[in-house]
This record gives sequence, structure tokens and C-alpha cells, in this order.
Amino acid sequence: MIRPLSRIAAIFSKELAQLRRDRMTFGMVIMIPLIQLILFGYAINTNVRDIPVAVVDQSQTGLSRILIQMVEATRVVKVTERYVTVEEAEDAIKAARVRAAFILPDDLSQRVARSPAVGLGTPPSTNEETSRPVAQWIVDGSDTMIASSIKALRNMPLAELNRQAPNRATPTFEVALFFNPEQRTAINIVPGLVGIILTMTMIMFTSAAIVRERERGNMEMLINTPVRSIELMIGKIIPYIFIGLLQTVIILGLGHILFNVPFGDKTVDLFVGTLLFIGASLSLGLVLSTIAQSQLQATQMTVFVLLPSILLSGFMFPYEGMPVIAQYIAEAFPATHFMRMIRGFVLRDASLLDLHRDVLWMIGFFVIGMVVAALRFKKRLD
Amino acid sequence: MTGDNGDIVVRAEGLVKSFKGFRAVDGLDLTIERGMIYGFLGPNGCGKTTAMRMLTGLLTPTEGTVEVLGLSVPKDAETLKYRIGYMTQTFSLYGDLTVLENLNFMATIYGLSGKKRKQRIGEVMERYELTDLGKRFAGKMSGGQRQRLALATAVLHEPQLLFLDEPTSAVDPESRRHFWEQLFDLVDGGTSIVVTTHFMDEAERCHKIAILESGQKRADGAPKDLMNAMGANVVEIEGPNLRDIRRHLLGSDGIMAAAQLGARLRVLVRQEITDPAEFLKAKPETNGASLIEQVRPNLEDVFVTATGEGRQ
Repeated sequence: MIRPLSRIAAIFSKELAQLRRDRMTFGMVIMIPLIQLILFGYAINTNVRDIPVAVVDQSQTGLSRILIQMVEATRVVKVTERYVTVEEAEDAIKAARVRAAFILPDDLSQRVARSPAVGLGTPPSTNEETSRPVAQWIVDGSDTMIASSIKALRNMPLAELNRQAPNRATPTFEVALFFNPEQRTAINIVPGLVGIILTMTMIMFTSAAIVRERERGNMEMLINTPVRSIELMIGKIIPYIFIGLLQTVIILGLGHILFNVPFGDKTVDLFVGTLLFIGASLSLGLVLSTIAQSQLQATQMTVFVLLPSILLSGFMFPYEGMPVIAQYIAEAFPATHFMRMIRGFVLRDASLLDLHRDVLWMIGFFVIGMVVAALRFKKRLD
Repeated sequence: MTGDNGDIVVRAEGLVKSFKGFRAVDGLDLTIERGMIYGFLGPNGCGKTTAMRMLTGLLTPTEGTVEVLGLSVPKDAETLKYRIGYMTQTFSLYGDLTVLENLNFMATIYGLSGKKRKQRIGEVMERYELTDLGKRFAGKMSGGQRQRLALATAVLHEPQLLFLDEPTSAVDPESRRHFWEQLFDLVDGGTSIVVTTHFMDEAERCHKIAILESGQKRADGAPKDLMNAMGANVVEIEGPNLRDIRRHLLGSDGIMAAAQLGARLRVLVRQEITDPAEFLKAKPETNGASLIEQVRPNLEDVFVTATGEGRQ
């Protein structure tokens, strides 16, 4: 039968013509990935630096000033305020002028002399009387990322105070960092951004697709024609498949140029994986479109799906860190699987076969989504 | 009654459609013969559109059976859709597509392809004066132009039966007259047409009409037959104080209805009264009238008498 194919082609070219004339939407298709890539590529950084802190220097010695300089030299913190009393520093934390306060006690010199970090003389005692921490940090612990950055300063070596080279002791474990040895956040963010932007635009476009025809009154005419629901669904999603691929090319291409994110060698796997994810997102959008009664409702539903897709997918927070139930919920979203897939293809040179579970899930999601959308879309008004 | 499906395009029996307990269509029986324009006449909310939507399979009847072009609806609605055309009440083509794009889209949806499609589009564009408008956006055209485009797309696939839902509600009288000429051309070409309207002059052009009120059929037949069988005679009164006369007459025996039309009062007198003009002249209320004469009934009179009981 040639009729279904030519009908799908007719719906496809109709959608394309409408899209082409909707300059704003067409612009957003290009601008969303472009702007967000540049914005997030530069902005999102999990290596926290230059946290503003206050200093309460009760010892006021040359040693205390050197210690402050050494702490600042780590680039983790930046001293922005100085106070005389601890209370003032606490108030500053409360008022969010600083995130932490560095308190140097008046017996700093004695503490330093006994500190194991300095390495003066005999191995120091662990007795608190004889060996105490040299100074104290008061930290606004509400942001766990800030807190752990400052906590990392806990065991800072102070051997430099003794004009010795920094401690070069053998670590307990050797850690080899594969795929992102420089620990650049962009390497992880950019491929993930493909998933986020595709989720956003794909679901947004298709969720509005059917509803828009209903709102503009086109639907009453369309359901009076012999067009089949599945033809309508397929014809409507094809233009967006191309848009999705275009956005992927923009993000990965620009990510490569600006942030030196590798493409990986698995181009075919990457292409197929992206197609699957686009298909899954589009079919989800179509299902939403058959539920929503207006474009506003469709937008709300998109946001409802988009937020967990971003937050649970592993884009920002590690999947493994979530409770098991949240992991199950995350598994339901195509974005979670795609996040794994694209990072696998681009960063780890994984193949579709390596990630076959995600691949199968995505195919299943697409097929079920299309069937549900086609079944839900009734060529009836009641 | 021939009983032969070949001559009957629509047959509906006991058609009911309830929306949450409200019976929008309430026990409608219809028989529409081939080759005519059949009108549903009625005020807004009388169930015209609902009835039409059930005939095309857009709505599922709560009760009753529908057979259109020999096909059982809604069971065979999809097959039926190749053979019927439908024009919605509001313009429902794509405003952001051009005339040509709209026509091409709809032609392909109906399975026309290649030469046949090109030829049919050329034909309808010429017949409905759209040839010069091919590149215009449908959303930027006038009401009359849009209506011609809507009709052109509805007949692209040469349907045997055409459903028009208040086709002329958004166009000027000139376009309306023109539109009806085009409908008669289609009927001459063998198409049957079902049309809903609330315009009396439009209904009068139909070969047959059904007067609907509250989802029920109050009368049906050819407009002329309906006028003859009205059960009332029409008398026009001219003179001063028509409003007072109307008020006094409305309650009295033998008077079915009275309505002011400009400088005249149109009074429907029950048929039992043999000389309605004399009957009115004898009434004291009409003393000041300068002229009282019996006139020919029109469809509005039919409508008023047919739907009267619903208003009391």
C-alpha cells in the first residue's frame, strides 16, 4: 500500500512547512542547544574554588599570617572578611557574607609546633593534650559540596612551615582516573546536556503537536478524513527526529570545539543511540499530547517530566548516590538510559552491545509509547 | 419509500446523544434521499451539529442506528470517510499554509496522487475561483475566500455525500448566494448534500428540511409542502401601535404567534378560522390598523408554528 506512506509524507511536509514559518520556534531549535551549551559548559563546575571565608586571627603572629596565605594558596577558599571575635564570624556566616570562618587560636604557635602535619622532631603523640588541631574551621554545612571542599583541607600538610618539601609520603591506594584524568567537569556535562536538551525540546514539541491542532480547530477536519492515527503520529514526529539530530550535532560539535570534549570512535553507535532516545522522547511527548486538553496543559506536563529527567538521570547528581526507590523511578525515564549511553559512547568508547540493556529499554519505550499514543488518539469527538 | 439503499443516502432511526444526562439529540429519525440538499434548520443548541457529527461517525450515538451510503456508522466510519466530504463550522484548514499547500495536503490525505491530484486541484481551484490565490496563506484570506477553499478541499476527492455545518455563518450575503449556486452545481453533478443552518432563506433553498428543536425533529419535508401544511394562515397588519396590538393579540384564542417585521405585524392565525383577515378585523384590538390582509406563508412562519410548543 502506497497510501499510508504518502499520507505520512504529506503530514511530514505539512509539519515542516509550519515549522519553517514559525521563526521563533525554529530559532529556539538552534539557540537552545547553543546558549545552554555555552552557559552550562562554562558555568557548571563541581570543582569548587574560591569559597569566600572569614578569618578570625586571635594569635596575630607571623605564623598565623603565613598559615592564612598557605590556606589561600590552595585556591579552595578566598579570605574576604576579617573579624576579631568568633561571634562576628558566625553572624557573617548566618548573613551569607561568607561560607566559612577560619579561626586561628592565640596558642597557635604551640599547636603548630606539636602538630604532626608540620613534622617537627619526634613522632608526635596522639594525646589531645599534647597534640591538637592547629586551627578551626566553622563551615556553613548546608551545601554539602562546599562543606566537603573545606573538609578536604582537614589534613592539609604543613611541612612547608618548616622549610621542608611538602609531604611526599606514599599514598595508601593508587587511583588511576580513566576517561577524564584531568577531572574536567565539562567532559561529563556536555554529553549529558545532549540528553537534557533533547528531553526538553522533543517532549515539548510533540506534546504540543496534537493539542495545537485540536486548539486551532484543525482536528475536527482531520478526523473526518481517512487518515489513520498511526500515520498521523509517525508523520508528526519525523520532522522532530531531524531537529533532534541537528541539536545533537550542535552540542557535541561545539562541545568539541569549546571544551575539547571527545567524540569517541563509536559514531554509528552514537547515532543509533541518539535516534533511539529521540524516538523514545517523541513517543512520550505524543502520549502527553493525547492526554492534554490545551497547549498550556501540555507544557505543564512537559515540565513535570523534564524536572525528574534532569535531576534523577545522573546528569547532575550521581545515579548511584540515590536511594534504591529513586533509582527505580529514574530507570523509567528515557533520559537516565540515554545519559548512560551517550557518556558511554563518547567518553568510554562503549558500544551498543555493551549497553544493550539501555538499548532494549529505549526500543521498548518507543514502541509502547507509539502504540499507546495511537490507541489513545481517537478519531472521535466523544 | 423505495427501501432501496441506492436512493437513500442517510437513514437514521431513534438517534439519541446524551452528554452527561443532557439529551442533545433526542430520538431523531431521518431519511435523506440521493441527489438533494437536505437542511437541518434550528436555533443554536438544537442539536443540528451533534446530529451531523453522529452521521459522519465523529460522535458515537448513545442510542439508535445510522446508515450512511449503505454503511453502518460508526462501525464502518473509516470506509465512509473516503466517500463523504465534511466542512466544519469554523475554518479548520491550516492558516499558516498556503491555499495550494492546503489543497495538496488534503488531496494526499484522501489518497489522490500524481496526475490525478494535480488535475483535481486544478479543477477545484478554477471552479471555486482560487487559481489566483494559490500562494496566499489561508489564514490571511477573507471569510468568503476561506469558505471557497474549505468547500474546494471538501470536494477534492469527489465525495458522494457532502456534510456542511453552518457553512455560511461567517460570510457576507453576496458570498452566501454565490456559495449556494455552487452547491446546486454539485447537486447537478450527482452529489447529495446535508447542511445545517439557522438562516431561513438558506433553509428555503433546500430541497427538503428537518426543523429541529431541543434535539427533536418538529417537522420535515420540502419547504413548500411544509408551508402548505402549516396549520395556520398568515395575516399582515399595518398601522400605528403595532406593539400594543401584538401584546393584546398574543393571548387571545385562534392566534398562534405574532411578530413585528418593520412596519408590519405578522400574525399566525389557526387554520380552523376560515377567514383569518376578517377574524382579525373583527377584533377590537386591531381598530387602528390601516391594512389587514392575508399573505403567503414563509418558512419562518413554518418554523414558528413547528417549534411553538417548545416555547410555551
